Amino acid sequence: MSQHAIEFENVRKEYGQTVALDGVSFSVEAGTTTVLVGPSGCGKTTTMKLVNRLEDPTDGTVRFEGEDVQNVEKTSLRRSIGYVIQDIGLFDHMTVAENVGTVPRLKDWDEDRIESRVDELLALMDLPPDQYRENYPRELSGGQRQRVGVARALAADPDLMLMDEPFGALDPITRDNLQDEFLEIQEQINTTILFVTHDIDEALKMGDKIAIYDVGEVVQYDTPENILENPANEFVEDFIGSNRGLKKLQVLPVEDVMDTDDSLVGTSVSELPRGGSEPESAAADGAGAPPHVAPGQSAETALSVLLESECDDLPVVRDGSVVGTVNLEHLHHSKSQRGELAHE
Amino acid sequence: MSNLLVEATNYLLSNFDTFVDLLREHLILVLVAQVGAILVAVTAGILATRNERTKTWVLSSGNISQTVPPLAVIALVFPFVGIGFNSALLAMWVYALLPIITNTIAGIEDVDEGTIRAAKGMGMTDSEILRQIQLPLAVPVIFAGIRTSTVMNVGTAYLAIFIGAGGLGDWVVTGIQLFNTPQILAGAIPGAVLAISLDTILGVAERNLDTQTTQSGGAVAEA
Repeated sequence: MSQHAIEFENVRKEYGQTVALDGVSFSVEAGTTTVLVGPSGCGKTTTMKLVNRLEDPTDGTVRFEGEDVQNVEKTSLRRSIGYVIQDIGLFDHMTVAENVGTVPRLKDWDEDRIESRVDELLALMDLPPDQYRENYPRELSGGQRQRVGVARALAADPDLMLMDEPFGALDPITRDNLQDEFLEIQEQINTTILFVTHDIDEALKMGDKIAIYDVGEVVQYDTPENILENPANEFVEDFIGSNRGLKKLQVLPVEDVMDTDDSLVGTSVSELPRGGSEPESAAADGAGAPPHVAPGQSAETALSVLLESECDDLPVVRDGSVVGTVNLEHLHHSKSQRGELAHE
Repeated sequence: MSNLLVEATNYLLSNFDTFVDLLREHLILVLVAQVGAILVAVTAGILATRNERTKTWVLSSGNISQTVPPLAVIALVFPFVGIGFNSALLAMWVYALLPIITNTIAGIEDVDEGTIRAAKGMGMTDSEILRQIQLPLAVPVIFAGIRTSTVMNVGTAYLAIFIGAGGLGDWVVTGIQLFNTPQILAGAIPGAVLAISLDTILGVAERNLDTQTTQSGGAVAEA
């Protein structure tokens, strides 16, 4: 049994005279998020469409769970794969509940099962079912619509989700929130995700692995850390942009750099000494709590809080008690530490 | 003017039995022609969106049918169906097709492309997309076409009297010949009221059929 949810093997796709993809080969591990990123027209969306057969390859093979998708009937293939697109494409004449229940209905689930699945998903997407079930899409904000879009894609419990710039049309704040929520949700559902974006920051944030596309081909396929550390060529380097140092901190969770031997470890948040001045926009939740970060937050966030607050050692707090501290020195030395991690 | 209206009302009430007969004939012509036209035009419109060549064919036939005057249609068909009710019906049916065909096509094709892509990506077949997505979303536009052609045909039915098919045209034509203005008005005003009533009834029917009334409703209505 192969661990690979999707395998691309030497895939080529032509549209008339134009070659959209050439020699694309990589595998996506089950349960991970793989982001396809590149400038527009580079073939990333085409790659995605080959998986649910909205397009068929000119040459080469695409396998889903070990089977050549060419041998699977289109509609049943698509019903087993969740699909989220940038335009969301909600059905305006159906309620939120009917929208979310689309694929289960196509699959002939019985009504009770659909109902409870819809409620479960709306709750998961932070749209209380009592409040939103009977709404029509036009009554929702952009962010809420995309939540419904994601819930709809998850409805029939797919083994694979295809997400084509799902957050691309949202404002930066909504996008950021949805990305965070989606990362949390993904830990619960454990589905394989293939994610397309043109935004390298989104790719670094969402991806366990990233495939960087230049025109029609994959130029680097690796983890975010390795891509930042060793860009395969100048194109990748340009694409990442100038602030690589900060981006490395973006993909580095605080827990990987924190000092777990500090004397503060074990104390609870309420016992922490109050910092001299209260930074107004620190990551501190709850009024009055001194500045702190969560272990899962990025080292970049920690840096930002450190710069704003006056403390030298920033407490890292999980469930109300301190599990470590982080200071500028830890962040500065994070590079070597991550090197060790990569070797493990 | 108000004097004329009083005389027209008087004329109508003193000939009320004849009026009811004429109104019934008029209404039957319109309703039968419309039901026939809706069935054929909506089907033709749907088929037209399935394939480009069918579409060209359907639209040109629709256009031709609209440019031929109703009287010419009658002249063309009466050798086959005879003069009277049947040929009037056929002419009105032909005349009602185009607005419904064009609006059916527009309604289906105007459905947001992202919506169709999402439906397809979720594994709906073409016929599921048509029945569950495109047609429901096209309802307001299709209804606009049906309403336009119904109102038009209430007017066209006045010509039926020329081939002995009855209807409210009877009083209008006789009134013209006799210079009897109250009689003309007694024939014409109920037609206007009929057109408005049918339009309203169809509007109510549409709202009952269609849960979301805000979408694209009037856009193509005047086409």
